[in-house]
Amino acid sequence: MALTLTHYLVLSFILFLVGIAGVLLRRNIIIVLMSLELIFNSVNISLAAFSYFLQNLNGTIFVVFSITIAAAEAAIGLAILVAVYRRRQTAYVDELDEMRG
Amino acid sequence: MEQFFFYMFAIAAVVSAVLVISVRNPVHSAFYLIVCFLAAVQLFIYVGAIMVLFLFAVLVLDIGREQFRERFHGQTVPALAAIAGLFVVMGILVVSGKITAPLGPFDEPALMKNTEVIGKSLYTSYIFPFEIVSILLLIALIGAVVLVMSGQGKENKG
Repeated sequence: MALTLTHYLVLSFILFLVGIAGVLLRRNIIIVLMSLELIFNSVNISLAAFSYFLQNLNGTIFVVFSITIAAAEAAIGLAILVAVYRRRQTAYVDELDEMRG
Repeated sequence: MEQFFFYMFAIAAVVSAVLVISVRNPVHSAFYLIVCFLAAVQLFIYVGAIMVLFLFAVLVLDIGREQFRERFHGQTVPALAAIAGLFVVMGILVVSGKITAPLGPFDEPALMKNTEVIGKSLYTSYIFPFEIVSILLLIALIGAVVLVMSGQGKENKG
């Protein structure tokens, strides 16, 4: 049984679910940001797999761009985290609830 | 052989991803995230840039290990329900999906030397997004510095 697109998609699917679970379940913002990186990683895997199996390199170019944007996102997210932690002295998502209705 | 490597890297990636979201210490989480990206062969930007950034954030913020005894917040049940729903919907989509797009112009041997092909198309047909992304990185750099600096200024004034 050779490797098919479904193998890569299932791997990407599992990593995506683990990332979603981390974002939704953990309290610590740092872990939430790491889980966002996991989600980016899973999407990159599926883009690369599609690019290979469809014999079209646009997906690989998109992987390069999305890795760059993930780096920018991590930098901004961590800067926001540092600013929030300075003001509020907490890094837990459930203690940052001013915008609750 | 290809299958062996695929399963090895896939299992390593999934196990380290689960460890990222389940260990207590965020420094350990960062290292497991490195392992996960190592398995996905994306080392070049992650370990160099993002991991150092995460470790700096963990260390600068001085979040002691004793604060991590309560890992999960109070909305665990709706979160688990959402994850289960996503699992069902995405699982159905992944398993039942079929490729209907036409195949592109690159055959097997062209994909084998894809660094050359990617570099060529990155600097010809994708030159405009390439420049936009470089400006975006500059904006992110300035934005990160401004975000951290402005909090510092207010603290000094007050």
